Amino acid sequence: MELSQSISFAALGGHFFVGLSRAMILFVVTSGLSLVLGVLRVPNIAHGSLYMIGAFAAYTISRLFGGGSTAFWLALVISPFVVAAVSLVAERLLFQHLYQREHLMLLLFTFALMLILGDLVKLVWGAGEYRSIVPPQLLKGSASIFGSSIPRYNLFLIIIGPLVAVGLWLFTNRTKMGKIARAAAVDREMVGAVGINVSWVFAFAFVLGCFLAGLGGALVAPTISVSLGMDHDIIIEAFLIVTIGGLGNMWGAMVGSLIFGLTQSFGVLFWPQFAIVFPYTAVVIVLLWRPMGMLKSVW
Amino acid sequence: MLEVKEIHTFYGLSHILFGVSLNVDSGQVVCLLGRNGAGKTTTLKSVLGMAPPRQGQIFFKGEEVTGKEPYIMVRKGVGYVPDDRRIFADLTVGENLEIAARKTEERKDWDKNAVYELFPRLREMDSRKGGFLSGGEQKMLAIGRALMGNPEFLLLDEPTEGLAPVLVRVLRGTIERLKGFGLTVLLAEQNVKFTLRLSDYGYIIEKGQIAYKGTVKELTENEEVRKTCGIQ
Repeated sequence: MELSQSISFAALGGHFFVGLSRAMILFVVTSGLSLVLGVLRVPNIAHGSLYMIGAFAAYTISRLFGGGSTAFWLALVISPFVVAAVSLVAERLLFQHLYQREHLMLLLFTFALMLILGDLVKLVWGAGEYRSIVPPQLLKGSASIFGSSIPRYNLFLIIIGPLVAVGLWLFTNRTKMGKIARAAAVDREMVGAVGINVSWVFAFAFVLGCFLAGLGGALVAPTISVSLGMDHDIIIEAFLIVTIGGLGNMWGAMVGSLIFGLTQSFGVLFWPQFAIVFPYTAVVIVLLWRPMGMLKSVW
Repeated sequence: MLEVKEIHTFYGLSHILFGVSLNVDSGQVVCLLGRNGAGKTTTLKSVLGMAPPRQGQIFFKGEEVTGKEPYIMVRKGVGYVPDDRRIFADLTVGENLEIAARKTEERKDWDKNAVYELFPRLREMDSRKGGFLSGGEQKMLAIGRALMGNPEFLLLDEPTEGLAPVLVRVLRGTIERLKGFGLTVLLAEQNVKFTLRLSDYGYIIEKGQIAYKGTVKELTENEEVRKTCGIQ
């Protein structure tokens, strides 16, 4: 194995942590997508657009407050709420009238919405121009772990991912709204028949899912160049992840994100020219082995 | 308490109910007897708003409620126990009850504890997933879940279906107790013996129309009814 001998332990560790942090961003985004899929049964292709809006909003907010450390934290906190507000409008005006439609109609509708939101972003922010956010002082530079040098910002992402997972778990298992959402995922009509106005439960679940897309966008902003087209990139990955994880299953989104993020990262290490093939190969293998996804799907 | 006037209900293109009318007075147990596919479930679903009638009117406590959404009907004081139970399988027994909890100033007798008093078996299963209960336990849970909404009026759809005879007896006791609490019940059933013992008044539905109605005494003495229902 000539190939593996040339790879040091430090490089392996480095790629592991980078893959892990990438997986956590993917998880934040896909857990939102999965929530919407599970509770509302809507395959929301525009989810990626909301992620993009989150990143653009974070860029603008951070600029607005001078681009320093405080500006970063404000951007991180505010932009998911901006996205949530956009999604609330979309839900009340459009989505709520379409839940009963068949999935093909919903795919077409959300695809159209993705195109419209993409153009709106272009209208508001313009194309071209290089946009990036600087991470705050606290998260600049690298830390050394097991001999590998890891950007502090990536470590921050690795902490955020599990926090979001725990938060979502607490919401779905410990709050009344979360329990209702779980019930509605399986039998919407019966939830209405115990006196609950399902319409608002759906609105809440949808907005929460989109909030997570916005949070993912804000989190990813310092690691990439914020640009048009990031909606397309993420939505393909996000759908693959929820499919291999099990539709509507939050832990499935976590498992899928880990598979996707880590294979991507190790692919770069082992075979850089074909790095992009690795996660997709992993998806094919998972689906051949478990066509319904790794964990139980609510569909 | 409930007045159904000449309702016609459709599922898509198929016409299910043909001018069904019925009355339920406060404090009564009224039964709706009929074979499979006669329109019992559709009648209950029409009242609840799950299958809104295309013609006719429904009044609840004197107020017209035709076509109101189910959640509004429940808030007005209707409880619904579906024939297929429709327990939230992924939720625990406790959670199934919790999400259905609804209290008002006048109606607040029922909470989780009161339901567990009524069905002690459910208390033991508080943290078990609803999907892992037996049919009889699910039936109890479905009734308990409806009671959590503190209804004044209960729509009970085939509560004895698929229950062992011993459980049917327990269920009769339960419904009698509920009546004792002042609950009004519209009971759809196929089990004639069970139903007539409980009821004050009865309707017999055939092919989407009310074929006979009367007090339990009148129904049991009517030769036609005895024949259709198979009473010896």
